[in-house]
Parts: sequence; C-alpha cells; structure tokens
Amino acid sequence: MAITDIKEFAHLTEEDMEAFGRELDAVRRDIEDSRGEKDAAYIRRTIRLQRCLELGGRIVLLGSKYRPAWLAGTALLSVAKIIENMELGHNVMHGQWDWMNDPEIHSVSWEWDQTGPSEQWKRAHNYSHHTYTNIVGMDDDIGFGILRMTRDEPWKPINLIQPLANVLLAATFEWGIALHDLDSQKELDGEQQKRFWDSPSNRAFVRKIGRQVGKDFVLFPALTGPAWKSTLTANATANLVRNLWAYAVIFCGHFPDGAEKFTMGQFETETRAEWYLRQMLGSANFEAGKVMAFMSGNLCYQIEHHMFPDLPSNRYQEISEKVHALCEKYDLPYTTGSLGKQYLLALRTIHKLSLPDSWLRATSDDAPETSSERKFRTGDAPVVHALRIDPLTGKRRGLRSAIAEARVSLRNAKKEAKRQARAQRDRVKSLTA
Amino acid sequence: MDLKRWLEAPAANVSAPKRPRLNMLRGAITRITTPLLPDDYLHLANPLWSARELRGRVVDVKKETATAVTLVIQPGWGFNFDYQPGQYIGIGLHLGGRWHWRSYSLTSAPNWDEKLISITVKAMPEGFLSSHLVGGVPQGTIVRLAAPKGNFALPTPPPEKILFITAGSGITPIISMLRTLDRHGDMPDTVHIHSAPTEDELMFGDELTAIAEGHPQFTSHVQLTRSDGKFALASLDKFYPDWRERETWACGPSALLEEIERVWKHEGIDDKLHLERFEIARADTSGKGGKVTFSKSDRSVDVDGATSLLEAGENLGVQMPFGCRMGICQTCVVPLTAGHVIDLRSGKEHGEGDRIQTCISAAAGDCTLEL
Repeated sequence: MAITDIKEFAHLTEEDMEAFGRELDAVRRDIEDSRGEKDAAYIRRTIRLQRCLELGGRIVLLGSKYRPAWLAGTALLSVAKIIENMELGHNVMHGQWDWMNDPEIHSVSWEWDQTGPSEQWKRAHNYSHHTYTNIVGMDDDIGFGILRMTRDEPWKPINLIQPLANVLLAATFEWGIALHDLDSQKELDGEQQKRFWDSPSNRAFVRKIGRQVGKDFVLFPALTGPAWKSTLTANATANLVRNLWAYAVIFCGHFPDGAEKFTMGQFETETRAEWYLRQMLGSANFEAGKVMAFMSGNLCYQIEHHMFPDLPSNRYQEISEKVHALCEKYDLPYTTGSLGKQYLLALRTIHKLSLPDSWLRATSDDAPETSSERKFRTGDAPVVHALRIDPLTGKRRGLRSAIAEARVSLRNAKKEAKRQARAQRDRVKSLTA
Repeated sequence: MDLKRWLEAPAANVSAPKRPRLNMLRGAITRITTPLLPDDYLHLANPLWSARELRGRVVDVKKETATAVTLVIQPGWGFNFDYQPGQYIGIGLHLGGRWHWRSYSLTSAPNWDEKLISITVKAMPEGFLSSHLVGGVPQGTIVRLAAPKGNFALPTPPPEKILFITAGSGITPIISMLRTLDRHGDMPDTVHIHSAPTEDELMFGDELTAIAEGHPQFTSHVQLTRSDGKFALASLDKFYPDWRERETWACGPSALLEEIERVWKHEGIDDKLHLERFEIARADTSGKGGKVTFSKSDRSVDVDGATSLLEAGENLGVQMPFGCRMGICQTCVVPLTAGHVIDLRSGKEHGEGDRIQTCISAAAGDCTLEL
C-alpha cells in the first residue's frame, strides 16, 4: 500500500515537519514580494513571441505545397503550439500571472489552443490533480484512467494492452486530456444521469471541439485553396508534435521512479507542511537547459511547480535552488535526471505494470514506482524512533540516506545470493568431476 | 440576418458600438484565430486596438497645481464619447509589473470630434497611485479604461437654476459640467462655490474666471480657506438667497458633504441635491473584518477578519465557485467590485477592481463581491 504516514516515510519528526513547512512558506513569501516589472515583461515577451511564431507559421504555410515551406511552417507552428500550451496556457490558467491584475493574462479569462475547454481543464487539473496529487483513488491523473501506473491499483486484463494504449495516449494527448477533464467536470457537477445535450459541460465541450477542429482542419486548409491538403497535414503534424511533447513532459514529471503515491489516510490528517512534502515527494524533475526549460513551460521544475503552482514559472529555477538546499538540510530525495532517463523509467513502469501482479516481484510497499513507510520498518517500530543523526559525521540521516542504504543492502543481498549460487554450482561441479 | 449573427457571435462580448461592419469582420476573423481574438494579434501592432477591454494612450500631461495634473487621454477602440458631464471612469496604470486600478471624474466635456478625454488627479498623501500620477506619467503611456459611469451627472437640458458646491479635488466633475455648459453656450443661472486652501492650490482658477467673464449669469465664488476661513453654509441666505430653488450638485470631503446633506434635509429640499463621494476609505487591516455584500445575489453579512469570503458566502447560501480551499487552484476567483480584502496567507491587500481568491481572502472593512 502507498504512503499512509508521510512523516514516518520521510524520517521527519513533528518539529522537523513544522520547520520544513515554515521554510517553504518563506520561499513563497520571498517570491511573492519580489514579483515585479521584470516578471511582467517576461510573460508579455513570451506572449509576443508565441503570437509571432504562430502568425509566421500560418503565413509560411500558405506556400505549403513546397516541401521546404511545409517543413518550416510546420516547425514554426509546432513551436508556437508548444509554447502556447506549456508556458502560456498551463501556467496562466494556474493563476501564475493573476497578480498582474491584467484581464488579458488572467486565469479567469484565458482560453487555450486545445480541444478541451479551459474551464473544464482548470477543474480537473488545478483543483483535482493539484489538491489530491498522487493520492491513489483521488487523483485521476495517475494514469489518466487508462494506464495502470502503480501496483496499488489492481491489475485488470485490459492492462495487457497498456503499451499500445500508451502510444495512442501520447499521439492524441490533447483529446485524452479533454475527455478526462469532461469526465471529472461531470462528476463534480453530478451530471452523469443527464442526456447528452442536456448537459452544459457536454455543450461547452462540443462547442470548443467544433471551433478547434474547424480552425485547424477546415478553415485554414480551405483558406490556402489548392494547397489545402498540405496545410491540413501541416496542422495535423503540429498538433501531433505538441501532443507528444506535452505527453513526454507530463510523464517525466509524474511517473519516473521516486515519484511516490499516497493513500487517503495520509490526506485526511494532512497539515500544510505535509501537503508541501506530498507535492515534493510525488513529483519528479528533469534536467533542462534554458531553452528546454522554456519549452516545457518550466515543468522541468515539476517539483517546484507542484509546491507553488501559482508562482510565476520564470522563477521556478530560482525556487529550485532553495528547494534543493532544503532537501540537503533534511536529507530528502530530490528526484531528477535527464529527460531520457526519466522517460525511460516511466516507460518501464508502463510496460511492467501491464503484467499481472503474480508476475511482479516487488510489493507496493517497496517497488520502483511506489513505496511506503513500511519499507523501512524493522518489526513494527516506526523509523522516526531510530537514531537519526549519524554519530560519525554528525549529519542527519533521513529518507535519502535510508533509500541509499536500502539500495546498497539490496545490492549486497543480490551479490551474496549470486555468490552462494556460484559456490553451490562449483560444489556440484567438483562432485560430478 | 442569421448569417450576420453567426458572424458576429464569437466577438459578441467585445463588440464596438456603432460599428456593425467592424463587429462582423472581427467575428469572422475570430473563427480563424480561435481561441484568440483578432485583438490578441492586433494589439501587438497597436495597444489601442484591443477591444477585449478599453484602452487609452496618455497624449498630454498638464500641470494644474503643484500637486495636481491633468492627463489627456486618447481612448482606443470602442470608447463611447456620449458620456454625461460629471461621470467618472475607471483607469488602470501599469506600475511595477501590475495594473493598479482607480476611478477618477472626467474633467473633459463630452466630445466626439476631438476623441480625447481628460481626468485631473490630485496627489493624496496616502494615495499610492495618485502620487505616482502627479509625480509623472510619461506621454504615450498606455492605460486601461472602464466605460464612464455614475449618477452624478448634468442632465440635458440643464435645469434653469444651478448651485455647485465643491472643495479641493471635488471640483473635477463640476469643471466637466461647466465646460459642457460653456461649450454649448447656454449657461443657465449658475452659482459655483468652490473652496481651496490657497491660491496656489486652486485648480482651474483661470478657467473659472474666464467662464465668469464670458457668461454674466455664471457666478464663481472662490473661497481660499486658509485666509478667508471655511465657507459657512449659513451664509448662503446672505450671498445667494435663492439657493433653495437651485438644483444642487456637491462634491468634496465627506465632512462637507455630510453637512450639506443635513442642511438640505432640514430644509426639506434634499430631492434637489446631488452628491458625489470620492472613495477615501482604505483597507481596514485591524483584523475586525467588515460587511461583505454579494451584489448579484443581493445578500450581505458581517464577518470577522479570520473568516474567508468563501465560507461567508457559503454560510449565506450564495452559489460560490469553490475548489481546493487553500489558495492554489484559482477556481474561486471573483471580481471585487468595492472595498478591500486581505490575503490571509500573505497579509497583502486587494482593492476594488482586483480579482480575488475567495478561499484565502477575508474582509478588510466593508466590501462587495460580484456574485
């Protein structure tokens, strides 16, 4: 079972926990107090860049019959759509720029270039996902209802096609998100029983899809006249590229090993400090340079984003240094790695968990994709009562050290098993010789 | 006809008045630029070409006194110049990365030909924005505007006998009325009693003199309070014995307005009185809370400084949008139409015109939410 007691899992006492929360509140206040002209200029510059790329792409695509124009136009449009999705849509709708008091760059009024209406996305994502992050049974973003991403969820035969479902989800990510959001909107509104057209959510959904599909697949191709076919393929490609990238960023932020899962029990008694910690332990970063950070909407800092979803994205890098320092101080893991590594870890989980439980060795208390405080228990004693300061170095021995030690002892146990097996083999050999 | 409506539909919320063709074109283009509006592209080229919201450009900054300036503003698309003299506009200025929002009386006379409006701002010691405005706004600055509104206005045609009583910056809505009457050339029998501390701090002094010279039926009574003392309402009988017959407009500090209100009521002529109170109330950060009004549902309640507005509304049975209840999801964001609230997490104040998260905001004095 996933984590039920985050303090124990993290090897933190009550006092540690409170201090940890206070330090994070201070990080938040520092950023809030220093938001200003530079940040405002950043988002306005980003908007201008995105509009120009999109406009440029559409203009170049007027000549899409010619291959180089098709390529250049599609590339421009793809980049524009990625920026619009990640750094603009996602972050503006999180309210990261609401402090500017600008009605044009505000979570209330922003509509994004995706099939699902932003209103529904905000409900499912900002509210459900960000409040109940990684709580099994509450956060539908764990596998988006299609994939089994933790062995806390029981295996079903349908999970066998998970590798295929994953590819499909990646290619049609915006549709997956849109349907997912529609479902949670209806659930929240208690709308299940209504007939299709009686539901306001359905109507909003269909209206938005109509406009999105009409724009990319009917109007723009029609406007280019004889080149309609190549414009259509260009638009489809740009949407596909954006889908794949958004999918990759999301999966790298939530499903690599080390992004922990939690139980309802943990949530019910949670303090604000524990909420911070849950966000931190439940998310994963990936290493990115300036350009990649920008293209991911700064979601390469997924940990920071989950702790401070409404602080401006351009400050996440700065926040990450502080969060990293806190991890050092409290000996907590800071889950990160290259984009490739993080994605491969997620991919491994997708494929592994398509198999029935009986084929899997690890338990949900101690597996790569989910673990719990039980993993560290010796007998029934909670680990927080154990010695937590290293007598030799005087350093804190917390979760990170515990994980490292667990890994070493696992490796040693394997080595030992191998050695014994070899010895056994040798003995058998010498006997038969 | 249906085609016309279909074409206009996407831009219906931001339609330009009096320009049906433009509306249709914008609607049609919106079909292509969805989910954006044509404006989202157009205002990259010219910030005034935004019709999501009114915008304006400061074209001139005139010093009135040492502590007051007039901003002459050229409004962008969609501004309606048919306002009534005496009305006020909302104006937003971008400062330190964020838009600050205030309301000021228009000092210009309505005019479709010049396509310019003006406001006159006096620096208030505690007024962050007014001090900044008086300290200097560069020409060319883009500002946000809200359409003119307010009941403190001169009707057309104007009444035959008028009395204006103003003090300090209370003259601003009145100067707009006077300029309108002056421009139309049909000045009724008008008395204007205006108080200012000294000659130096008198706004529009020369203009008042000029109007009085041009119109014998206009009397300008300027009271310099530091040397002449306060104008006593009791002396109205002596100076302007027919004051009871006059339709009266008064604007100034609240002490003055309260006194006027009392006298007019006592005389039984308060139906002839029009008052304009400038918002001087500031956030009450004593933590005592205040009265929260939900304007759309027409309900209100007194709350303490620790109760979130979301709870307050829910307890009243108001349909409140809600989400995480901890200030992260922005689901509960609504416009604050009057008063001040305080962010319970950071202690930061929000004022009229801001959109606020009800789940982490508490009343700081009386406030009104658009719900």
